[in-house]
Amino acid sequence: MESPFISHIMFTLGPVPISFAVVITWGIMLALVSVAWLSCRHFRTFPAGWQAAIELLIITIDGQIAEVIQHNSKRFLPLIGTLFIFIALANLMDLVPGLSAPTAVFETPAALAMIAYFSVHYAGVSSQGLWGYLKSYMKPSIIMLPFTLLSQITRTFSMMVRLFGNMMSGQFLIGILLVFVGLFVPIPLMALHVLISLLQAYIFAILATVFIAAAMADQS
Amino acid sequence: MDIEYISIIAAALTVSAGALGPALSEGYAVARAMDAIARQPEAAGPLARTLFVGLAMIETTAIYCLVVALLLLYANPFIT
Repeated sequence: MESPFISHIMFTLGPVPISFAVVITWGIMLALVSVAWLSCRHFRTFPAGWQAAIELLIITIDGQIAEVIQHNSKRFLPLIGTLFIFIALANLMDLVPGLSAPTAVFETPAALAMIAYFSVHYAGVSSQGLWGYLKSYMKPSIIMLPFTLLSQITRTFSMMVRLFGNMMSGQFLIGILLVFVGLFVPIPLMALHVLISLLQAYIFAILATVFIAAAMADQS
Repeated sequence: MDIEYISIIAAALTVSAGALGPALSEGYAVARAMDAIARQPEAAGPLARTLFVGLAMIETTAIYCLVVALLLLYANPFIT
């Protein structure tokens, strides 16, 4: 079995090597943008069919965010909603023959965790001001400063490792079973893997929401 | 004993320890959440969300153990 830490380079764009996972994420982005653009062209006041499905999805995500971020939660709907839908689709790419989940290699979860990391700081600075946000790091007393700084790094790292580890271990497990016992035995595990994929997308999005809410907390 | 064999045994021990602790603690957390939902079924939504976030936090240690085991197996710095 090959190492999960190696990513396959497909081609190089000038000095930048482009891996297989990056090409898949481009495909997902293209599909998401074109589906969103095509379905937003003819919106009606009384939704039916496809538009109702999309509105249901967006309203559900918005309700989940509004339960965590009490005020002005609409501001983070584009970020959190895109994170959730993108990660859910990327995790489910395992089911398409010939493709593999881009979140099962290290680079995609790392990029997503960096997005979450920077948006937490952006939310904190924009809601409390720079000085107020920096002061929130030494909130109970200044002794806590190293721990709060450390927790910023470790929780971003654990977000990345959680998504990567769950996706990669699912692929690994199915691969090992396929080698040892044959064709049809891994199917229940693949069903479980679908559940885990959607759950990890939910957890990533809800953790990003909780961290953003924590960074904005002192405003209320 | 070679460093390769020690690494394989260490990886197995890492994964087993990393499965044991989080399994026990997640079972405890879910049991307590079930208690709370049985007592207050109307609070099931926030309880479930908090439970999922907590389970993700607990699971982190298991995932760390998995990554350490994979590093030992595939990217071991002591095997050249």
